[in-house]
Amino acid sequence: MIRLEGIEKVYRTERIETVALADINLEVREGEFVSVMGPSGCGKSTLLNLIGLLDTPTSGSVHLDGTRIDSYQDKALARMRNRQIGFVFQTFHLIADLSVVDNVEIPLLYRRMAASERRRRAIEALDRVGLASRVHHFPTQLSGGQQQRVAIARAIVGNPRILLADEPTGNLDSQMGHEIMAILKELNSELQTTVVMVTHDARLAEQTTRILRLIDGRQVN
Amino acid sequence: MLRNYLKIAIKVLLRRKFFTVVSLFGISFTLVVLMVATAVLDHVIAPLPPEVHQDRTVSITRASMYGEHSQWTGGAGYRLLDRYARDLPGAERMSVFTSPDQVYSYPNGNKVGVALKRTDGEFWQILRFDFIEGAPYTADDVESARPVAVITRTTRERLLVGAPAVGRTVEVDGQRFHVVGVVEDIPRLRMIPFGEMWAPFTTLKSDSYKTELLGGFSAIVLARDRAAIPGMQEELRSRLARAELPDPKHYTTLVAPLESTFESLARTDIKSESSHAERLWLLMIGGALLFMLLPTVNLINLNVSRIMERASEIGVRKAFGASSRTLVGQFVVENLVLTTVGAVIGFLASLVVLRAISASGVIPYAEFHVNYRILLYGIALTLFFGSFSGVYPAWRMSRLNPVQALKGAAR
Repeated sequence: MIRLEGIEKVYRTERIETVALADINLEVREGEFVSVMGPSGCGKSTLLNLIGLLDTPTSGSVHLDGTRIDSYQDKALARMRNRQIGFVFQTFHLIADLSVVDNVEIPLLYRRMAASERRRRAIEALDRVGLASRVHHFPTQLSGGQQQRVAIARAIVGNPRILLADEPTGNLDSQMGHEIMAILKELNSELQTTVVMVTHDARLAEQTTRILRLIDGRQVN
Repeated sequence: MLRNYLKIAIKVLLRRKFFTVVSLFGISFTLVVLMVATAVLDHVIAPLPPEVHQDRTVSITRASMYGEHSQWTGGAGYRLLDRYARDLPGAERMSVFTSPDQVYSYPNGNKVGVALKRTDGEFWQILRFDFIEGAPYTADDVESARPVAVITRTTRERLLVGAPAVGRTVEVDGQRFHVVGVVEDIPRLRMIPFGEMWAPFTTLKSDSYKTELLGGFSAIVLARDRAAIPGMQEELRSRLARAELPDPKHYTTLVAPLESTFESLARTDIKSESSHAERLWLLMIGGALLFMLLPTVNLINLNVSRIMERASEIGVRKAFGASSRTLVGQFVVENLVLTTVGAVIGFLASLVVLRAISASGVIPYAEFHVNYRILLYGIALTLFFGSFSGVYPAWRMSRLNPVQALKGAAR
């Protein structure tokens, strides 16, 4: 489903050149739950950003269902992110000025859809993560775990095929972390959503179908 | 989508109240100044009653005789208008009249100044005054030099306490006039129709005006249609080129531009064939743009910092499928919300300022209104503000790399 070939990502400034990723070759099959592990700064998030089309590789290519997609123009990339991919971030990235349900609706704003349908689907997604009673709250009125659940609802509201989670439990205590992990596993098993999750937590990684390890930007077998 | 944009636009405005107040002040103050200036200009040149045919009316208000070393410029004389400006091809009507003279009356021992304009009968045919009493005097009254007069509502109140005035007599400048009509007050800035009292020009105390090429007269000519005006101007120039001048040694050329009120305002050189009205338009548009430049740049700056604070939101929206173009649209809409609020404040403030200017009496009889022309101009200004000051920050923001944006490191 997702194939990365010969990926290299280099950050250049006037004085230094930093190799974030080198010689990455990876294939993720549909319905897999892959965790990415490695020490801080090893390129885990960079890899996730490349899979999620938020960044472009310096060299190499990203393929989805056999089609090379990393060279798409802005509009096509935006459409791809909107239809195929959902993101869950470590720091939630909820918009504080919008209510919970308005936050969850964001991906649907960029599709042709009636407001009532958008609202219905957002509430349904919130229900799935156990927050149907908090639709009109604002993010600051929720605990960290609840905020991450809202973020997951936002990520799945558009029924994406791929869920990319960047340390989704990193800002939560272990109890909350396990709850979030349970939701991700449920999405993977029930909806066959392909999940790629970056984590530092070996206990969470062990629950996934495959672990990818990175050290200094390189894949470790 | 629009509802989501509006929600967040309002939230952002309320979140940064100081920025919002500064922005709104800049927008509304600029709009007030420009809308008041437009209302004043509209008051001077727009086709308002009694100048209902302004689109096809031209006037001669000044004339000049000049030679190699001499030049004499002033108002047009009756002889010039009567002999050379009558019966121009394409002219439907023509009226001659004097500039308003300040004359005095002494009702009940009080000295009252009145602006007296002396006209012919055609004056009342070209200009459509709103008569609240009686009717205008006729061409026959003028020919017979009958001492009749039309006065304004205010003149009636000042000279003849209590209505009706028609049939009563007023004495000004040592002459007694029989009042035949009363009209609504005419604003001082409407130069062609303005007066506080009108009487036949044949009632002038001396008839020396009949021989003057330059003097205290003006004329308005009503063309059959706009297309006839250039031909009339050409014919007048040709007639004046053949005119007999009183002192050919010193004066060889006689000119008297036949032009619209705006062209007359724009003219800087009476000898020039063109009034270069387009220069005045460009100057006014340039001035307005320049005046708007500072608040616009200020708004752009505020918007850049306001938008860049929201880098993380931009990153989220990009991650979930917003294209750069969609985001530009969102931020332009948000900015239009801000400028629309500013415009509403500016519009209301303009009403207050215009009412205050009208009530102050600084410009006699001026009644400044915000009409559809001024409203359209205000809307155009708002759109200019909203889009110009919103597009650049939105464009800059839309170029943010989503990864950097999510980190909140807007660059």
